[in-house]
Amino acid sequence: MSVTRYNYGTAMLSAFEYLLESYPEVFVIGQGLWSPWYVGNSMTDLDKKFGAHRVIDTPVSESACTGAAVGAALAGMKPIVVHPRMDFMLYAMDAVVNQAAKWSHMVGGQAGPGLTIRTIINRGGEQGAQHSQALHAWFAHVPGLRVVMPATVADARDLLIASVLCPDPVIFIDDRWLYDLEDDLPPVIERSLASERPQCLRTGVDLTIVASGYSTRLAVQAAEQLELQGVFAEVIDLRVLNPFSPQSIVDSVSKTGRLLVVDGGWSPCGIASEVIASVVERIPSAALKKPPIRITLPFSPAPTSRVLEKAYYPNEAMVVSQALNLMDKAC
Amino acid sequence: MNDWSFGDLADPAQCQQAIDVTGHDVETLLTQLRMMLRIRLAERCLAEGRRDGLIGGPVHLGVGQEAVAVGIAAELRKTDRVFGAHRSHSHVLSMGASLHRLFAEILGKDTGLSRGMGGSMHLWDQPNGFYGSVPIVSGTVPLAVGAALAAKLQGSGDVGVAYLGDGAVEEGVVHESLNLARMLKAPAIFVVENNLFASHMHISLRQPKESTARFAAANDIPYEIVDGNDVVKVRLAAARLIEHARAGHGPGFLEAVTYRWYGHVDWREDIDVGVNRSAEDVSAWRKRDPVARLVAGLQHMGLIDADQLKAMEANIAEEVADAWRQAQADAYPPLSALTSRVFANTGALQ
Repeated sequence: MSVTRYNYGTAMLSAFEYLLESYPEVFVIGQGLWSPWYVGNSMTDLDKKFGAHRVIDTPVSESACTGAAVGAALAGMKPIVVHPRMDFMLYAMDAVVNQAAKWSHMVGGQAGPGLTIRTIINRGGEQGAQHSQALHAWFAHVPGLRVVMPATVADARDLLIASVLCPDPVIFIDDRWLYDLEDDLPPVIERSLASERPQCLRTGVDLTIVASGYSTRLAVQAAEQLELQGVFAEVIDLRVLNPFSPQSIVDSVSKTGRLLVVDGGWSPCGIASEVIASVVERIPSAALKKPPIRITLPFSPAPTSRVLEKAYYPNEAMVVSQALNLMDKAC
Repeated sequence: MNDWSFGDLADPAQCQQAIDVTGHDVETLLTQLRMMLRIRLAERCLAEGRRDGLIGGPVHLGVGQEAVAVGIAAELRKTDRVFGAHRSHSHVLSMGASLHRLFAEILGKDTGLSRGMGGSMHLWDQPNGFYGSVPIVSGTVPLAVGAALAAKLQGSGDVGVAYLGDGAVEEGVVHESLNLARMLKAPAIFVVENNLFASHMHISLRQPKESTARFAAANDIPYEIVDGNDVVKVRLAAARLIEHARAGHGPGFLEAVTYRWYGHVDWREDIDVGVNRSAEDVSAWRKRDPVARLVAGLQHMGLIDADQLKAMEANIAEEVADAWRQAQADAYPPLSALTSRVFANTGALQ
């Protein structure tokens, strides 16, 4: 089978090209789409190739643009909204939470907006509290939204396509810290998002590490380090946070007896909490060799100063260290 | 009007005269009268149903405002995309919705327009061009812009219509939507039913000027300001704006000055809770009745007589009573509906 080399950014670019080429009802709307500043290499020259009427760079109006995409979806289009920073998307919460998420239920399942909202976690670089947030847990709390966080090059392409073809509203969250990941991909296969589940990226018998997005990358890197120390970690990438499907995690923890969750969001009411609760309520307490551990952000907004910023975000060493704690081994 | 105050248009002592129907198609006028009566009697039925405890949820009634939706719907087609808000019984009925299914919806029945999942505040009748109404103030305004943008991309010549009130104009997203529609040349028609009140608050306590059309001017969008209790004037203004939009020239803005006879919600008149809402005002506005003025216009030209009018009213009253009876007898949704309609393709009415 022929394969093509992509990185995480060009994988999304190829998804956009595939969608715009194959589906006349697809259009893209958001800020920064005609500029290289906002979306990295993930949308280069789409406006030139497919026309500025289908790749629309907009006024500074997150709320109206997102609402407009909901309305266009109800009218038969497959819009993709792009918010280059998740923080600014908060202006659009009515369109997302009150309108898109609830539409199908409110009208008895007779109509629903099949739109994709691509929003980017864009932290680091001393950008601080309003340019760095990872709010995936908020959206995972709301019935009616599908929440997708690709952690691999393949998912960056294939889950974006699956999201856009899905008849429900999808929040597709990618992470600027993953754009340099590389992989060889086979040709596109269209997948049904409703059938996608968490994926085991690495098998192991000693502990289960669960993560999503960039945290998955940390988990995989940590697992490689742990293996050098004779600890075999199973790494499960969540991929789809809503609706959340915990079964493969439960099965893994039943086998390993140890659970470590890594998340780039905050702890209270977060994804790590949900993963741990879902496991704990499904397995006998005796099956857990140690209480589960979660690694999350300090419960404070992102700082700017580099020293504070370095301490703020989880890193590979923290994951290794907590994994060894679970194993009762010294670092 | 360039000081953005309504003058006579907001003075209930003015504009009470018979509507001038000269030169208009008689069948169309009679159809409009029938629809306005249908909306009014339906809402009176709902007011009583709510008062008597048969309706569990809030109903926002628009008696007195019937001419707006009926005048606009006369210029719309089933493939247009109409969005409403919390006070949208007239909007959905004017597009041709079934009275029985509207009543069933408000009673929470499975046969309702939204399959019993919406009640009065979440109405859906997309096959007739009514894409949906929601009670978040201004929530559907950008949706209508998007549905209009879709029509432009699809090359269908259809328009999106956003019904909003004067209160909604105080929400930020409306201003984003006006600008966005103008910049994308989306065929969106913004219809402001300016009834001078948001809930209990008179517009003079909420905005420095009466006319919200000043925001259309600020966004370079053509606008019309009309007596919203004159169905002929509403229709003529709508025709101009809709034709302009269908021809690819972008959005339009219609401000219809009107008044609701009931209070903000349910069957009471809300004299005591309103600011600047006296019994005298309400009674003066009742004399500017859009239905009675159309009847007077038709009678003036000899186009309807007392017996014909009586027969028309009796027919509609019977239709309303039948629909109400039928809706009350219908079944509630199954308990599985609690979770089965959250995602797509799970609840299509068979």
